[in-house]
Amino acid sequence: MPTGILSYSAYIPRYRLAHEELGSALGMGGGAGSRAIASYDEDTTTMGVEAARRALGNGARPAALYFATTAPAYFDKTNAAAIHAALDLGSEGFALDIAGSARGAVGALRAAAASGGLAILSDLRTGKPGSSDERDGGDAAAAFLFGPGERVIAEVLGEASATAEFLDRWRRPGEMASGQWEERFGLEAYLPLIRDASSRALAAAGIEQADHVIVSSPHSRAARTAARELVGRVAEEAPAIGYAGAADPGIRLASVLDRAGADQSILLVVAADGCDATVLRTTEAITSHRAEKPVAEQASGGREVRYATYLTWRGLLDRELPRRPEPARPAGPPSARSESWKFAFVGTKCDDCGQVHVPPRRVCVGCGATDHMSRAALAGRAGRVATYTVDRLAYSLSPPMIDAVVDFEGGGRYTLEVADAGPEDVDIGTALELTFRRLYTAGGVHNYFWKARPV
Amino acid sequence: MASHGIRDRVAIVGMGCTKFGEHWGRSIDDLLIDAVGECLDSVEDIERHDVDAYWLGTMGSGTSGMTLSRPLQIENKPVTRVENYCATGSDAFRNACYAVASGAYDVVMAVGGEKLKDSGYSGLVVPPASNDGTASEASAPAVFSLLAPAYANKYGVSEADLKEVMSRIAWKNHRNGALNERAQFRAEVSMEKIAAAPLVAGSLGIFDCSGVSDGAAAALIVRSEDALRYTDRPTYVKALAFAAGTAQGPTDPAYDFTSFGEVVASAKDAYRQAGLEDPPTELSMAEVHDCFTPTELVLMEDLGFSQRGEGWKDVMDGRFDLDGELPVNPDGGLKSFGHPIGASGLRMLFECWLQFRGEAGARQLEAPTLGLTHNLGGQPGACVSFVSIVGAERGVAGA
Amino acid sequence: MASHGIHDRVAIVGMGCTTFGEHWDSSADDLLLDAAEQCFAATPALAKADVDAYWLGTMNSGQSGTVLSKPLGIDYKPVTRVENMCATGSDAFRNACYAVAAGAYDRVMAIGVEKLKDTGYSGLVRSNVAGDGTAPEETLTAPAAFSLLDPAYCEKYGVDPHDMRQAMTHVAWKNHVNGAKNERAQYRTEVAKDRIAAGAGKVAGRLGVMDCSGVSDGAACALIVRAEDSHRYTDTPVFVKALSVIAGPASGPIDSSYDYTTFHEVVACATDAYAQAGITSPREQISLAEVHDCFTPTELILMEDMGFSERGHAWEDELAGVFDLDGELPVNPDGGLKSFGHPVGASGLRMLFECWLQFRGEAAERQLDSPQLGLTHNLGGRPGSCVSFISIVGANQG
Repeated sequence: MPTGILSYSAYIPRYRLAHEELGSALGMGGGAGSRAIASYDEDTTTMGVEAARRALGNGARPAALYFATTAPAYFDKTNAAAIHAALDLGSEGFALDIAGSARGAVGALRAAAASGGLAILSDLRTGKPGSSDERDGGDAAAAFLFGPGERVIAEVLGEASATAEFLDRWRRPGEMASGQWEERFGLEAYLPLIRDASSRALAAAGIEQADHVIVSSPHSRAARTAARELVGRVAEEAPAIGYAGAADPGIRLASVLDRAGADQSILLVVAADGCDATVLRTTEAITSHRAEKPVAEQASGGREVRYATYLTWRGLLDRELPRRPEPARPAGPPSARSESWKFAFVGTKCDDCGQVHVPPRRVCVGCGATDHMSRAALAGRAGRVATYTVDRLAYSLSPPMIDAVVDFEGGGRYTLEVADAGPEDVDIGTALELTFRRLYTAGGVHNYFWKARPV
Repeated sequence: MASHGIRDRVAIVGMGCTKFGEHWGRSIDDLLIDAVGECLDSVEDIERHDVDAYWLGTMGSGTSGMTLSRPLQIENKPVTRVENYCATGSDAFRNACYAVASGAYDVVMAVGGEKLKDSGYSGLVVPPASNDGTASEASAPAVFSLLAPAYANKYGVSEADLKEVMSRIAWKNHRNGALNERAQFRAEVSMEKIAAAPLVAGSLGIFDCSGVSDGAAAALIVRSEDALRYTDRPTYVKALAFAAGTAQGPTDPAYDFTSFGEVVASAKDAYRQAGLEDPPTELSMAEVHDCFTPTELVLMEDLGFSQRGEGWKDVMDGRFDLDGELPVNPDGGLKSFGHPIGASGLRMLFECWLQFRGEAGARQLEAPTLGLTHNLGGQPGACVSFVSIVGAERGVAGA
Repeated sequence: MASHGIHDRVAIVGMGCTTFGEHWDSSADDLLLDAAEQCFAATPALAKADVDAYWLGTMNSGQSGTVLSKPLGIDYKPVTRVENMCATGSDAFRNACYAVAAGAYDRVMAIGVEKLKDTGYSGLVRSNVAGDGTAPEETLTAPAAFSLLDPAYCEKYGVDPHDMRQAMTHVAWKNHVNGAKNERAQYRTEVAKDRIAAGAGKVAGRLGVMDCSGVSDGAACALIVRAEDSHRYTDTPVFVKALSVIAGPASGPIDSSYDYTTFHEVVACATDAYAQAGITSPREQISLAEVHDCFTPTELILMEDMGFSERGHAWEDELAGVFDLDGELPVNPDGGLKSFGHPVGASGLRMLFECWLQFRGEAAERQLDSPQLGLTHNLGGRPGSCVSFISIVGANQG
């Protein structure tokens, strides 16, 4: 049985910071284009959940999750465990963070390819105001499910790696931006490594020129320069959302998979503290198993925000808050008891009368029966606005807050914040889908839960 | 003051009590559902819909009556929340009794519950109302630890002897708790281990402090004339007394930290309501508020079980042991049963209930007829005190 | 359900009520003392030493009975603290009544207080109960939750939103007109309708600042004895005819059949209270009603839930002036939560205070013509998950 990628997905957040907006805010040049930015209520964990949910649309339950990011929401706590919970994978299985550098992306892909499982690549890129990291970075996530099966859409043909220790880019924990050495120093260090690893990978795969070539690196000039040498037969149409760190190889691979024909080769080169080159080949199955939401579609459009909004969302602008109490940190034991509710939006359905309850209840709201309940997993169900309101008093980093009473297909109702929308996007009857978000952080604890967004 | 009481006018006809302990996997909803369920199961002819009104006692695990009506899906019934520090559950019970005695309702339930283990903090967490920051931040063990040196000093007891007395109280209550399947701590603890435990505040060690736990308990109450419809062994309520002090103790030079005036006053009121003349002799048992070991010592004197300054001798003589003349905290007390605030007062009534019905297993006393329950909330010199007297029979109290 | 009530068994013989407002200079201690002193001063036959037991209502301004016993210097009398969200003060009153009806005590006091202005926050604050961070109450404010009533009502009854907005404006205008006649109210000036309408939508949904009740500090209290003893203390006692509390199952927000146009708890509560008091046609028999106008749409819905208006017609009755001070059934003659203010623990007792003044002919400019029966109502929580309290009190027994 061939092993390879069974399904894949990409998630690009809704918001954009235009280069022109950034430039004019800081009195610098702008230029065309924009970068993708995560909303104030997203982080690498929530974006990872989004990508993972999409990749597992067919109901697959991977036994292992490998989560790569350079911006983990927590240290000293496995962020992949939260993703595991959000995917309602129960108590069995492996979940691992490969956090810290962009090379983690390769780690996640290789581990998933070797053992079977889901590689989740997610990143949030920030730099000091006015830096190229800020301007040229991008926030996104992608996921790849590996395993055996007839539906493998791409297999790994060969790979090669080179590793070198040199001071090109670094960041100490707790600092908000990375340091970089002179650009030409890094360029000179990277190019030989890229050439070496690529040629060995191609040789291992038995091909001379790949159909598609992706060169991803935190050293943007090294990537551009190498890409002029390693040319694929098909020109890459990389999404212009910015360099997405550990998610970058994923987003660009997903973009290629969105368009590649059957039996085409892909050379994926990731240059971060070395170079890892992987050669894949698509199968017949690719043409009928594309991701539901292509990268190009997600990358286009998007809602632009002001630079001050971006800074506020990133916590770089400490704004005056309304006179409302700070939210309370979610408590450990209640959150653990309600894990499947809080992380996976699982409620209960009465076995006697069919009433669906979110959150879970032991005593039925409909018929009063006690402990006659079964699980009801609602995260994937469609919702509709029963009624809603715009709250201008509530504390929010992106006011005004919109709260909607959402009725779910098949039963169940809950009041949720509406994400990624303004008052003009919401009305009674608007179709909504659930999205996993970080509501706020209080007492050092992130409060993860769900919001609803217009479909 | 006119405190006539409602002696023998109402009776408990059903009770339930969860295990107390660190229930990480159970929410306040679960505990309330369980306690109410057990309570209703203990009596044949009462279903949930037969209960006319509820009184819920919880100090910090929920606000309003919906804390009970939501998980139980109670529709269209009154649910009142009562709060009175550690006397919360008892005061919920008291108010439920008055409502049924007044005739407003026929069948009522008093429920108490607390989820202390959700806060993430060690010990009690009582978020204060907005204030000027000048009030003492001293912990509960610290303020109660002040009783020990004051008592020792006043009555000429050496520090070492008093420590032994405190340990004896802890030893007794753990011994009793070891016989109680619902208690948080169910193992006997030796005097040596108690004495050698790390200190928490003053001379109080870990074993001198009551357990911090989660739990819930419930009681069904009807008018006495209806009681025999539901059970042939109701528990009759003979006295309900409550006293809130002026809270001046900590700033009053005359307060000497060897007595709780509120306890003395509420006990007096309770004995009068019940018609008791010689309480230590007439009472078969007492469940008192042993939040800390020196507290129980002082309570023996404030409740009139011992002469002033002699309580410590009575403790060492075993007078209050399970097989002593007046068993105190036969179910293990706050010490080993645990102290989920809103539930404690009802848990004490539960032990009386079991004892009167001959259902106390290894702790069973011989033909008990009258019991006292007591709760204390606040701190020495600034507290509230509740005392109830309950009995197995209607009519004249005592033998 | 057996809810027999204690019709005419107890009576209020003395009351006190502080002004409500932003009392930066007064602590909860001060307000409690002020209300109690006012009450004793007005009841010469009853002194503090004569009170046998107390019931204290406060939502957030302190815990345990010592909150009252300390400032009042109460020596070892019982003091119970009752809490039931916005029905707190009323439920303290209710429990005090049962204790005296039961014969446990002869003379008791129910007292409520709140110091909302000490928190530093705008509006009500949440409780401190440890949770898992998912409840809508963590982020959805009270105005937002109640703002949902307005579009739902219009949708269900085919009411033109413009008319609904006018009806809401009328509620606010009416209550301010009444409050302007009340020296104890927080806000004592009339507010023009176009000013109210101009602020619409600035807080949540279509609600503006003027659609929301005042956030304030205050205290109020009542002395209660058995009816047969009441003549000893006053010539004009106020007799308690019904006391009802209903705590709902809090399932509205998660039940698709809840349509945000009614408070089921209030309907059940009113049914119980009317049965206890023997009321068969509320709109005719009740002389005045003090209801929980936390927000203007709330008051409109309450008119229907209490049977004062037909379903879908409260807005018309409101605009027709039925509930004005000189209307058929004056609602919130003292200005309501809207202009009197809403120190949570005190509100229920403040409502009884208006009934007290009215029955004794002491309501000055607001005085109604020989009122006989009054209704007080409080609502705690949010649409679909609340507790409701209703009392019926009267100037005479029978």
